[in-house]
Amino acid sequence: MSQIAQRDYFGKALKDLAKREDIVVLDADLAGSTKTSEFKKVCPERFVEIGIAEQNMIGISSGLAAEGKTVFATTFGVFATGRCWEQVRLCVAYPELNVKIVATHCGISVGEDGATHQALEDISLMRTMPNMTVISPADAYETYAATIAIADHYGPVYMRMGRSPVPTVSEEGEKFIIGKAKALREGKDVTLFGTGQMVFNCIEAAEELKKEGVSAEVVNVSTIKPLDRDTVLASVSKTGCAVTAEEHSIIGGLGSAISELLSEELPSPVFRIGTGDIFGESGSPAELFVKYKLTSGDIAKAARKAMKKR
Amino acid sequence: MELKEIANRLRFHVIEMTSEAGSGHPGGSLSSADLMAVLYFRVMNHRPSDPSWDGRDRFILSKGHVAPILYASLAESGYFPVEELITLRKMNSRLQGHPVRGKLPGVEMSTGSLGQGLSMACGFAMAAKMDGKKHRVYCLVGDGELQSGMNWEAAMFASQYKLSNLVLFVDRNRLQISGCTEDVMGLEPLQRKWEAFGWRAITVDGHNIAKLIEACTWAKRARTRPTVIIMNTVKGKGVSFMENNVGFHGKSCNADEKVCAENELEEAMRFCR
Repeated sequence: MSQIAQRDYFGKALKDLAKREDIVVLDADLAGSTKTSEFKKVCPERFVEIGIAEQNMIGISSGLAAEGKTVFATTFGVFATGRCWEQVRLCVAYPELNVKIVATHCGISVGEDGATHQALEDISLMRTMPNMTVISPADAYETYAATIAIADHYGPVYMRMGRSPVPTVSEEGEKFIIGKAKALREGKDVTLFGTGQMVFNCIEAAEELKKEGVSAEVVNVSTIKPLDRDTVLASVSKTGCAVTAEEHSIIGGLGSAISELLSEELPSPVFRIGTGDIFGESGSPAELFVKYKLTSGDIAKAARKAMKKR
Repeated sequence: MELKEIANRLRFHVIEMTSEAGSGHPGGSLSSADLMAVLYFRVMNHRPSDPSWDGRDRFILSKGHVAPILYASLAESGYFPVEELITLRKMNSRLQGHPVRGKLPGVEMSTGSLGQGLSMACGFAMAAKMDGKKHRVYCLVGDGELQSGMNWEAAMFASQYKLSNLVLFVDRNRLQISGCTEDVMGLEPLQRKWEAFGWRAITVDGHNIAKLIEACTWAKRARTRPTVIIMNTVKGKGVSFMENNVGFHGKSCNADEKVCAENELEEAMRFCR
């Protein structure tokens, strides 16, 4: 299985979108890291360097969008959602403007840079905001398709991805449908809802469970908001219990979204895999995944607990 | 009608609307009334009957709490009926406590959380430059909100990208909720700050109509730099007991005060004629 960084395919998608004259890309001194440099190469006239001023970037994005531009405002997850949360609220979400806030370097897999640069709260911060769509693609191919899809969709969007190469779980060329979760593997004993690169860990967990005779369904929830209620409910009505897995705090992210839905519509045991109420730290992504209990083994363990509670 | 008289009509509406609402921000609305009269009735190209006309000049009210003066200017210009003004701050009104884009014709952006309008205006001005459009982008900030760092990020940006189509007005009434701006967090030397950020800067009497028009004409001569017009103003201007009274920053007149204020403004309007 190939491993590709999502941001590489984000850059590729932007480059392919450059022919659209309404597309404007904003960068806060991280073009090389976010791969918006790919867009700059082919379309310097619609690439705007803002400097290290993320709040200003969001304000500027709103004016551009109000004039009909489709704006991609890009930086790292911590800055895109934390530093300018209230700017996103006033300038983008409230007036419902066509701004795509795209963040790379989300999750603990940022690794060695440590806690200051590991966005573990971004989904939560964006999910609570009215009018905001929240997307977390599973791999590079899905990131490409999602970038095209959000460019075609009118309205505020937050899309997150990691820094490191991740295993591919989707097919190149598949169309991305905003708001649609997808079962990658059918099962009847437990549903593993994953988002971002944790989808791959869910698949591995399902493999592990299969050896014990447990049939696990794996669902890629790449749109966290609006949540695909029908797919979530259909799966859990079949399996009766669920595990959620995200490279994000268990507070306010995918785990919360699924739990909120199930508690109202189909009360079922849900175990959340994610980082706890804690900051990250420096280390290699693999070491951090073990320490913060984000491995396929951790998911499988949670699945066994969920089935017992059923 | 003379611009001075229009400005006082706008002030009259502000008193009436905020008193009717029982809340709102009359002080800063009154200090910017003369500018608003100059912009909406002289300087700006706009078509109230066609609010989304592409050739219009854009106006961004960064100090969104003075929504009453914006609403009064829009209504008097003909964007919506003047009678609607008294719905300010009431349930189901299009005249929200702070302006909302898309709710009321003529409102370009949602504002009210201070310090953000100049960045928005930079986006509008940048878009116009990208598309080769000739209209101007006008933005009004309060002096107090210049304490917010985002303004200075935007100031750098406007200068870097040579946004000569951007004109900023600073309502320098020297008062903010907690008192004098220079006591709360000093802004001086304000003009030199803007100049240091690469802007063309001028300071004028913000209640002198002729000087305001002159400054706007000067702003139009910008070729490579953004322009800031710092307007020395009096908070509560036009109503004697409200002038320089910080108590009226975020408080409306009671019934007696309303009568006094309206009498004074009517008197002033008669004087204009």
